[in-house]
Amino acid sequence: MKRFLLPLVLFAVLVGFLAVGLTLNPREVPSPLVGKPAPAFTLPQLHDQEKTFSPADMAGQVWLLNVWASWCGGCKEEHPVLMRMAKAGDVPIYGMDYKDRRDEALTWLRRHGNPYPLIAVDEAGRIGIDYGVYGVPETYVIDKQGVIRYKRIGPLDDELVAKTILPLVQELRNK
Amino acid sequence: MIPEIGHFALILALCVAVVQGTLPIYGAAVGSSTLMSVAKPAARGQFILVLLAFCCLGYAFAAKDFSVLYVAATSNSHLPLHYRLAAIWGAHEGSLLLWTFILTIWMVAVTFFSSHLPEAMRARILGVMGLVSVGFLLFMLTVSNPFERLIPAAVDGRDLNPLLQDPGMVLHPPMLYMGYVGFSVAFAFAIAALLGGNLDAAWARWSRPWTTVAWCFLTVGIALGSGWAYYELGWGGWWFWDPVENASFMPWLAGTALIHSLAVTDKRGGFKVWTVLLAIMAFSLSLLGTFLVRSGVLTSVHAFATDPKRGLFILVFLAIVIGGSLLLYAWRAPRVGLGGGFDPVSRESMLLANNVLLVAAMGSVLLGTLYPLFLDALGLGKISVGPPYFDTVFVPLMTPAIFLMGIGPLAQWKKASLPELAMRLRWAFGVSVVTALLLPFVLGKWTPLLSLGLLLSLWIVTTTMVNIRERVSHLVGNSFLSCLTALPRAYWGMVLAHCGIAVFIVGVTMVKGFEVEQDLRMNVGETATIGGYTFQFDGAREVKGPNYLAARGTFSVTKAGREVTMMYPEKRLYSVQKQMMTEAAIDSGLLRDLYVSLGEPLEDGAWSVRLYHKPFIDWIWGGCLIMALGGLLAVSDRRYRLSWRRERQEEPEAIRSQEKSVA
Amino acid sequence: MRWLALIFLLIPALVQAEEAKPLAQNPVAEARLKQLAIELRCLVCQNQTLADSNAPLAEDLRREVREMIAKNMSDQEIIDFLVQRYGDFVLYRPQWKASNILLWIGPFLLLVGGATALVMALKRRGQGGVDAPVTDEERRRVEQLLSQGERRS
Repeated sequence: MKRFLLPLVLFAVLVGFLAVGLTLNPREVPSPLVGKPAPAFTLPQLHDQEKTFSPADMAGQVWLLNVWASWCGGCKEEHPVLMRMAKAGDVPIYGMDYKDRRDEALTWLRRHGNPYPLIAVDEAGRIGIDYGVYGVPETYVIDKQGVIRYKRIGPLDDELVAKTILPLVQELRNK
Repeated sequence: MIPEIGHFALILALCVAVVQGTLPIYGAAVGSSTLMSVAKPAARGQFILVLLAFCCLGYAFAAKDFSVLYVAATSNSHLPLHYRLAAIWGAHEGSLLLWTFILTIWMVAVTFFSSHLPEAMRARILGVMGLVSVGFLLFMLTVSNPFERLIPAAVDGRDLNPLLQDPGMVLHPPMLYMGYVGFSVAFAFAIAALLGGNLDAAWARWSRPWTTVAWCFLTVGIALGSGWAYYELGWGGWWFWDPVENASFMPWLAGTALIHSLAVTDKRGGFKVWTVLLAIMAFSLSLLGTFLVRSGVLTSVHAFATDPKRGLFILVFLAIVIGGSLLLYAWRAPRVGLGGGFDPVSRESMLLANNVLLVAAMGSVLLGTLYPLFLDALGLGKISVGPPYFDTVFVPLMTPAIFLMGIGPLAQWKKASLPELAMRLRWAFGVSVVTALLLPFVLGKWTPLLSLGLLLSLWIVTTTMVNIRERVSHLVGNSFLSCLTALPRAYWGMVLAHCGIAVFIVGVTMVKGFEVEQDLRMNVGETATIGGYTFQFDGAREVKGPNYLAARGTFSVTKAGREVTMMYPEKRLYSVQKQMMTEAAIDSGLLRDLYVSLGEPLEDGAWSVRLYHKPFIDWIWGGCLIMALGGLLAVSDRRYRLSWRRERQEEPEAIRSQEKSVA
Repeated sequence: MRWLALIFLLIPALVQAEEAKPLAQNPVAEARLKQLAIELRCLVCQNQTLADSNAPLAEDLRREVREMIAKNMSDQEIIDFLVQRYGDFVLYRPQWKASNILLWIGPFLLLVGGATALVMALKRRGQGGVDAPVTDEERRRVEQLLSQGERRS
């Protein structure tokens, strides 16, 4: 008798998984770098090409690395959020201009505002690969020891900032 | 106005479907002939109504009515008429309407070809199909309405995805859906038999032609999809184990197992419970496929635009239909007795083993397709499962099945002897093995997989020849030819279908073993030689199409100095969606395909070009077509034509008395 | 006359078309790239392999892999490099690890499970099913049906 119930039971398990599956996003690729040290790099800065920027410069601080580009639509979407965050001054946001042209990036910033104290330029996209960037915008939360603690794939929004990012930043500061 | 008529027709169809899904089944349970007789007119009425809705949508496309949201999303004023009509099933809502329409076509077919069935059975079959139809109509009317209006109307449409602007689009989805939906008939037969308690050989005999025809359509549909991808995507691939491809392949595997299982139940009354389960499985996989494609649960190049609400609806529908049928199965199946007994070595056991292998293969495909979802749901990370996995797993499972394909038809029913079978097949085995080992050397290269593929296809052909010879020798006949024609069509159908598989395997083996690809930069006037053919690039020029602008390259192909053909690959920019498309140039031949694909323009009129020589690749789809023809041949067998003509004139007493005792 | 001979010598050179050169700088390395890239997934066009995708990231990644091949890194090292940055998602051939064991062994388990169920079903059948003896009445009915069938066909 029991063996006739087996197909039904197996099906019920399957439906359970499929139901959970409806809440997931199969396209999102979570980063294996969360919990690992932020990959080192030395990149020229956007505004002052003589100077460079490196994550080591930020040791002892909790900070955000925001990967963006002037050709990216989602970046335009999240930009007001970044501007608000910069104004509030809760956490420094450093930018990484990804596979972009310098003049176009400068023009874009002039038009939309500049929330970043500093922007590193990754023209060839190699550092992006080291960070597992596969689409812009992407944002990393990096702690005092230089370890990546969180990665957001896609534009930031106010809710995420308020509910996830800022609390995390606070927590990391208190450590 | 017309879209509103269509919308209204769907609402009416839903009402009719509700009636069709409830009254006849209830009538069959209580034995009310009046209620049961509602089924036939209800099914036909539904067909008319859904046909009307389909025509209304077609009219909206033909007339470029961009005030209908669906038309605006998938069509364009510059789109040629035949593609405007094919765009009916170009996206989610319209393809659902196609699904439902095809369901009503099968329903109507059942009303015409079922007069030999007992009334209660027919009522239940149409009732079950009506319930399925309720689900789809409700789905359309609630969250996927193809007639939704766009106010204000769009000035012009967003155009059909350029990838879909192709003859393949006209044929592939309808054929595929005829297959998917056709399995609903086998499903309805199974449910009807479980409800009525008359699961027997007669039920299997009635089920068989419906199942086989659906299987033929599905075979053709899958082959068309594969051929279309080859032709259209520009990189020469024909099967990618993409979730949606798998979603069509799994019902096919289950359907193949079902056809074989039905044969046993028909002839020997065995496997009844297993056959019913397979029938439920085949249609369930069709529905599961519908869910996977439209819910956004898996990433796929074929996936329709997704919406979690839609996914949820289909999941609930799936749970009700499949859960309900499996519950019915768990309740009723234990009462079904065993059929005729058989030995551990017999045709029955070999068919059962074939079933096990096919279902294991189907399960593996399901596992591979859903595993990333399982891990993600359990929070264990995100992985990808692609062709390397499926190729590794599928071949070892199918190889024994194909060996059985050679032995099974020769084994006797009920009791066979292995040593005796080995004796009869020794010649076939010897020839196959020796040829398979040596032929690759003759052809130029030897790999184990190459030999394996050749061995399997040779095995099928040689064992079939042994089988035919034996069958003919048993007939006391005059000429060889008259003996051949004396063998029933169902037998030839089997032979043809099995040989179709052999042809398919040859195609796959030879292409994978011997195909050559070259990535070149070609200046005007330069040549390249692959597979003995010399390609000369004669430059590219700009060409204007109805809704695109293209760069068309010209290649002259020669072999040993003699001209073979001219080839014109294109790189098209579609004006509306601004999408760039590679239109490869393909020269098809019986023994090889030449495939030229333009890459990127380089300086001085030079282009990066990809050239392929693909031997025997058309045998892949040729094999599938032969399989489908075999199925059709089997269905045209005398016994089905006779039984249809005979209606209920002189039904054998045995069946009538059986009906009385069980109903 | 000598210049005529010269022309005849030159004509083949004029008539014979140039052989097209391979697109890649280094065909051997490119072949190895292809072998690796068809088992890697493009992260942007997620339904294409790294070999086939035209996405900018895919081109960048192919460039990286080419450089790693030039540095004589092994296949496993190249795969590890990519997995470190993008996770297992980038591999079309799932790796052998605890969470994937069910995936790789699953088909075998299905086969063994199915075969076991088959053997058990056959055994059960062998014990239970007893062929009922055919009575005379039934024998007569069989004769009747067979003769009816002959007349009809």
